[in-house]
Amino acid sequence: MTGLQASATDARTRGTRRFRPDPWAAGAFVITAIVALPVLTVLAAAFFPTENIWPHLWDTVLPAYIFSTLELMAGVAASTILIGVSAAWLVTACDFPGRRIFEWALVLPLAMPAYVVAYVYTDILEFAGPVQALLRDIFGWDTAKDYWFPEIRSLGGAIVVMTMTLYPYVYLLTRSAFLEQSSGVGEAARTLGCSPWAAFRRVSLPMARPSIVVGVALVLMETLNDFGTVDFFAVQTLTTGMFNVWLVMNNTGGGAQIAVVMLIFVIFLLVAERAARRKRGYHDTSTRPRLPVRFELRGGRKFLAVLVCAVPILIGFIVPAGLLTSYAIEFYDVSLNNRFPQAALNSILLAALAAAVAVMIGLFLAYAVRLRKSTLLRNLARFASLGYAVPGAVLAIGILFPFGAFDNAVDGFMRTTFGISTGLILSGTIVAVLFAYVVRFLALAYGTLEAGLGRVTPHMDDAARTLNHGPAQALIKVNLPIIRGSMLTAGILIFVDCMKELPATLLLRPFNFDTLATYVYQFASDELLEECALGALTIVAAGIIPVILLTRVMGRNRPDQEFSIT
Amino acid sequence: MKFRLLAAIALIAAPTTMTTGASAAEVNVYSHRQEILVRPLLDAFTKETGIKVNVVFAQKGLVKRLEAEGRNSPADIVLTVDVARISEIVDAELVQPVKTPALEKAVPANYRDPNGLWYGLTLRARMIYTSKDRVGKGDITSYEQLADPKWRGKVCSRKGDHDYNIALLAAYIGHYGEAKATEWLEGVKANLARKPQGNDRAQVKAIMEGVCDIAIGNHYYMALMLKNDKQKSWAESANLVFPTLAGKGTHMNISGMVMTKYAPNKANAVKLMEFLVSKKAQGIYANVNSEYPIDPDVKTSPLLESWGKFPRDDIALDTIAKNRAAALKIVNTVGFNDGPATN
Repeated sequence: MTGLQASATDARTRGTRRFRPDPWAAGAFVITAIVALPVLTVLAAAFFPTENIWPHLWDTVLPAYIFSTLELMAGVAASTILIGVSAAWLVTACDFPGRRIFEWALVLPLAMPAYVVAYVYTDILEFAGPVQALLRDIFGWDTAKDYWFPEIRSLGGAIVVMTMTLYPYVYLLTRSAFLEQSSGVGEAARTLGCSPWAAFRRVSLPMARPSIVVGVALVLMETLNDFGTVDFFAVQTLTTGMFNVWLVMNNTGGGAQIAVVMLIFVIFLLVAERAARRKRGYHDTSTRPRLPVRFELRGGRKFLAVLVCAVPILIGFIVPAGLLTSYAIEFYDVSLNNRFPQAALNSILLAALAAAVAVMIGLFLAYAVRLRKSTLLRNLARFASLGYAVPGAVLAIGILFPFGAFDNAVDGFMRTTFGISTGLILSGTIVAVLFAYVVRFLALAYGTLEAGLGRVTPHMDDAARTLNHGPAQALIKVNLPIIRGSMLTAGILIFVDCMKELPATLLLRPFNFDTLATYVYQFASDELLEECALGALTIVAAGIIPVILLTRVMGRNRPDQEFSIT
Repeated sequence: MKFRLLAAIALIAAPTTMTTGASAAEVNVYSHRQEILVRPLLDAFTKETGIKVNVVFAQKGLVKRLEAEGRNSPADIVLTVDVARISEIVDAELVQPVKTPALEKAVPANYRDPNGLWYGLTLRARMIYTSKDRVGKGDITSYEQLADPKWRGKVCSRKGDHDYNIALLAAYIGHYGEAKATEWLEGVKANLARKPQGNDRAQVKAIMEGVCDIAIGNHYYMALMLKNDKQKSWAESANLVFPTLAGKGTHMNISGMVMTKYAPNKANAVKLMEFLVSKKAQGIYANVNSEYPIDPDVKTSPLLESWGKFPRDDIALDTIAKNRAAALKIVNTVGFNDGPATN
């Protein structure tokens, strides 16, 4: 490929090697520099702690924090892989009752904010809740000391709740991978004597590995940056420590140091995974994928399949949504309020805009990396994606300072040169919030698109180049149509996540500006979720529609339907 | 297509950018308190003076935002909860002194800065909730007694590193020093009925459930729970005790206000500050939020009146603020959030 490239440029310059700035690489550098700014600011802050907190933390809580964090990450990663991959496989490769519904319904929990799920389950499962009350009625127990019931506010509870809200990432990306795999590969494996299970384990699953890894990486980063859910479940993680050092000890630099440690975890994980699959290719060489023949499931396996698909949806979506609806009906008059429609509009517009921008940038970066095959670019792009692993409040601070510095510099310049004050230009406007969303969710866009582009055989690009298409044209005319599904996936994932985003929005927004999430938070933070249930339901509703749209579009974009010859 | 997108962004962003913050009839507020709580007061202010109030509410990081915005910050006033936020912003040198007769008359001297850098607006007492059925009147009268072994397995509290508990521990350190405070906290930890979890209301709920007999919580939750259909039964299962600390009185915390250093609407901001300590606003605080008004001449709500008067700990709020870092270290060292040792 590089050989082809070199000869193409040589032909155009007719032997004289002029230095031509590469728009793709240059653009990628500039973009990653801007997007990485908040993470870099946090890094910089880590060098200036007001006091060295490490000795105290090591002696007291740090080992426990690290251990809990690792336990949480391991638990959530394992569970989401189990659920996400199984469900994706069942839904793409097998046939069982309800499959068509499960296919899109499995993504529904994505629309549910994690703190809502946490609240709902502590409400239902705690001592005074309906489940234990029923048990006490049936068995005649009296107080908490008479029987054992799993403690919902614990690490286990946190793992379950986070798994149920996060598995859709793994499910969606793995399903994409399975769908875009040619059945030819699977069938070739079977002619070589593999049973269906072995074909899955030895061919389909490994080929889907990049997508699974991206999904799990997203899940882990979400787990790391979460503060609300773990706080609710009385689990102490590194994030707890970070906020304590920052807010209680008033040591921003110290807090930044802990944030950096968390980032190092993530980087280490990703590097280890990449090293493990360095020289393998994951693209499919056939150009005409065919409709895979589905396995008909019978008997016990049928029920098992239904169970595997139904339980996550039940726990992650139906039960919380049902409870929210009952609260909304009960507290209808309190919930409805004149600020609510404006907040909803703000949420939707911001989320849509952020999704569009993030997908554009993610596409540009992913394609630039693919084009130039530069490890430097790839690592830069991944570094820029790290915003996802940083807790929202910290990311917001990483944005506040560069923006503030920029605004004040421009203002200072204008004052001295022209005598007028421009005031704040970017700080405290929705541009700041938009930037925060893009920085934070670029990981979603870049990861999805990197995996998606990775599934397009390089022969496509080569063919386009031999037909005298420049890289941009090759992107637009060849790659784009193929990865349309991935782009839409990324866009919708980002939209839904923006609707739920809270801490960065709270801190960066302009005056009198609420999104649905900030509006709901005022009540939820005082355990008054019932009174804003309608708002929470709207967040969910606004998320469901794109989600359903997504899975329908993904279904329609199956390769067999685009390339059918009859 | 990318250009069209950029143009769209610019168009949308344009009206909301280039705000200098100063405006004829406006005042800009950064609030650490939820907007639903401060709105009634701000709306009353607008009604009386015609000055519009713009609000941003955020719990974490507002001071950082002020710092980053620097001299062009549009914020005039910051409303805080907890003495910690006040000391954080004063230490960051982001406030300017304000002294008017109205402010000095309404706010007692020990609840405002002598140089006018900050003023308290309301008071909240951290008290002990006791089970009506299982704890007799007078069984517990001081915070020190929380560590008494007779309460083993009977105490509920939210996490030790929460701002409210940190303030209480900081006050304890102020009176007794770090060594005794550590001893006390270890005693309280041994008495815990369960791992600290949930917020103050959840502790009262635990009393109702029989999980524990006494709990630590802020006073206004009692009033708020009584108003809430779902939570009423929790409140009705508990009595309130106003404990003493070091024999002085109940630990108090304040919500307060400061004027920012570069406030663009200073005159309007002063009007807002004076309004918030006026009898009218203090009355709203008392009746709507069930807090103790800072102005001792303003009556509290009927419910709070029924609880009677109680002595207040008079330790300087500055001392509490300075001891917070040490308090967190003690919470970490004692491992308070791990809960009682398994027996």
